[in-house]
Amino acid sequence: MNVLELNNVVKTYQKHIAVNDVSFNVPQGSIFGLLGPNGAGKTSLIRIITTITRADSGSVMLNGEKLNSRHPSEIGYMPEERGLYKKMKVGEHLLYLAQLKGLSKANAKKEINHWLEKFEITDWWSKRIEELSKGMQQKIQFIATVVHQPKLLILDEPFSGLDPINTNLIKDEIAELNRKGTSIIFSTHRMEQVEQICQEIVLINQGRNVLQGDVHSIKQDFKNNLFEISYSGILPESLQAEDDANENYSIIKNENNRLTIKVSHDSASNLLLNYLMKNGVYINGFNEILPSLNEIFIRQVGKVE
Amino acid sequence: MNKLWLIIKREYITRVTKRSFILATLLTPLAIVAFIAIVALIFSYDAGQRKIAIVNDSGVELKLKDTKKVNFTFSKSTLDETKNSYKEDGYMGVLYLPEMKDLQKQDIRVKYFSEEQISIGIKEFIQDELADKIREVKIDSSEINRTVLESFNTEISLEEIGLSVDESGQVQEENKTNSAGLAAAIGTMMGFAIYLFLFIYGSMVMRSVMEEKMSRIVEVMISSVKPFQLMLGKIVGVGGVGLTQILIWAILIPSLNFVVGIFLPIDPDALQSAQMSGADSEDMMLQVAMVIEDIKSQNWALILPMFIFYFLGGYFIYSALFAAVGSAISDDLGESQSLTLPITIPVILAIYIAIAVIENPTSNLATFASIFPLFSPIVMPARLPFNPPVWEIVVSVLVMIASVIFFIWLSGRIYRVGILLYGKKVTLRELGKWMFYKE
Repeated sequence: MNVLELNNVVKTYQKHIAVNDVSFNVPQGSIFGLLGPNGAGKTSLIRIITTITRADSGSVMLNGEKLNSRHPSEIGYMPEERGLYKKMKVGEHLLYLAQLKGLSKANAKKEINHWLEKFEITDWWSKRIEELSKGMQQKIQFIATVVHQPKLLILDEPFSGLDPINTNLIKDEIAELNRKGTSIIFSTHRMEQVEQICQEIVLINQGRNVLQGDVHSIKQDFKNNLFEISYSGILPESLQAEDDANENYSIIKNENNRLTIKVSHDSASNLLLNYLMKNGVYINGFNEILPSLNEIFIRQVGKVE
Repeated sequence: MNKLWLIIKREYITRVTKRSFILATLLTPLAIVAFIAIVALIFSYDAGQRKIAIVNDSGVELKLKDTKKVNFTFSKSTLDETKNSYKEDGYMGVLYLPEMKDLQKQDIRVKYFSEEQISIGIKEFIQDELADKIREVKIDSSEINRTVLESFNTEISLEEIGLSVDESGQVQEENKTNSAGLAAAIGTMMGFAIYLFLFIYGSMVMRSVMEEKMSRIVEVMISSVKPFQLMLGKIVGVGGVGLTQILIWAILIPSLNFVVGIFLPIDPDALQSAQMSGADSEDMMLQVAMVIEDIKSQNWALILPMFIFYFLGGYFIYSALFAAVGSAISDDLGESQSLTLPITIPVILAIYIAIAVIENPTSNLATFASIFPLFSPIVMPARLPFNPPVWEIVVSVLVMIASVIFFIWLSGRIYRVGILLYGKKVTLRELGKWMFYKE
């Protein structure tokens, strides 16, 4: 079951094509990474999903239904460029945004209080937004995004401008919301965060999706069959030279008792380990080196250009 | 609908609870009333009764009238003696009437001796009073019958009768008591009130749209509501703020004026004319009564609702245009200039046309400008006291309603593109193109 399905979505602005035939599905209850370099069309896509703009062609289905005017209340969206009414008081502001999302006043109050208590900031209710620091405003913005219990949460660079403590706080909240069943689209170009958080990703470049799938299999697809062996003892002579190669493996690097090898078939690593052990080398560690999403990202984006 | 209401409520409440709004709303009437009171006080400033000694060598007996401001005392001493002692005796100066040998003389010179200068008011009063009394003496000493003489004085009053043709083709007369002067005054006042309102509140809408765009709240907002709802809510909310302010002023200014009138005994004559020789109070009462009669005779049942109609219609058209321009401005305030110019020019033109139309309420220009929707909110109210033809009012109202809908729709189309566009300087031509963008 997918919470969101995009099929052949196209969006053009006058002369340039912002979104060019993009299709992907966001599985129910997943944390989904929407990745892409600046200007790739991420914001255009998000604006289509949040019903701010409409696609020229293609279809967008939310919970199996074509996007319609009821859907904004089921979506929580935190744009990259944050903004709040500076002169309003925290409580009033949250109440206003929650009511615009369709919550009754009493219900909105209850939810807001729940979140303020959670963040231990109940005394902020009658503070003006402009009196808060940037990080504090981010917290309010986050509450405003989730207060109406959206089924789909879209977070555009949610950690930018947050200190490590608040980053963790928000990260935990996102994880908890996800555990409770909220599907989350997470848009960023910070790849290390994607690796930590996302289960599935789609990579957009120049308006097209160039890569999609779950993080684990993407990494498998892009792996270079590299392994790292850390050892103690003396390597047999045939393995001393760095450029040593045979039909099974080639040595990439040998530094500080760490040996990096590239194997040419699946059983080659076993052969090598066997050979090392027989020759009295102690194996301390053996790891497969998977490419980071960062590397994949750079490789894929670079390829298109 | 519910969301629109929430937006209107927020726009309204955040503004009317602002300290600056409360201060401006309460202090402006105070300032106006204080100004009126000060002006009245200045004019009614009472320097006390001036005593003037008169040395009468004219040979005729004159009965000069004393007033609150001037007291005449005939001196029994000679001119030189009086000149020496007038100060000790408490006089302000000495008025000398020289010998009048020839009573028929039309040009008589009298002299006034004093260390201080006399005010123009007192000087004119003395001249008029003397001329008056000498005229009496002249009449008495002549053969002319006083009643005959007084019958020569004729007063003319011009009464206007309006003519119109009824359904049967008969020419009908209608009472037309209102004076053109008063109609002009009321017309000008209404035109100016709307002119100011359009500018002040129109640019308030524009600034608010710009702030929303620049603080980036707008993207959060339009993920919950439609851009059109946001724009309309803002226009209605700010319009409500304007109406509130005007309503408070309409109540506060007259009542404050009344209160001040009770505590400050201001001489109403003094307000009307600074001259001491002003018409006496009975005449004044008559004039005031006539003006009140004129004001009552205006067709208020038509003028007031129409005024509010054009007031709101004009506001909706212009604030929608201001909102469209505000949405297109991304960063510096400087670029708003070139974009607001096309909006401000028609408003300014309209007030000039209104002034011309008041001079000549039946011209072709008047007819055109009362119907053209960018001018009519200012021109038509200015023209209403002159009883424009009914068909023109009907056409103007219909055009107005259609234009309000059209301009709000048009601005909405520009607005929805503008608010999402950053970091680009926009030209007027591009603004025009946005109207045709698809969603």
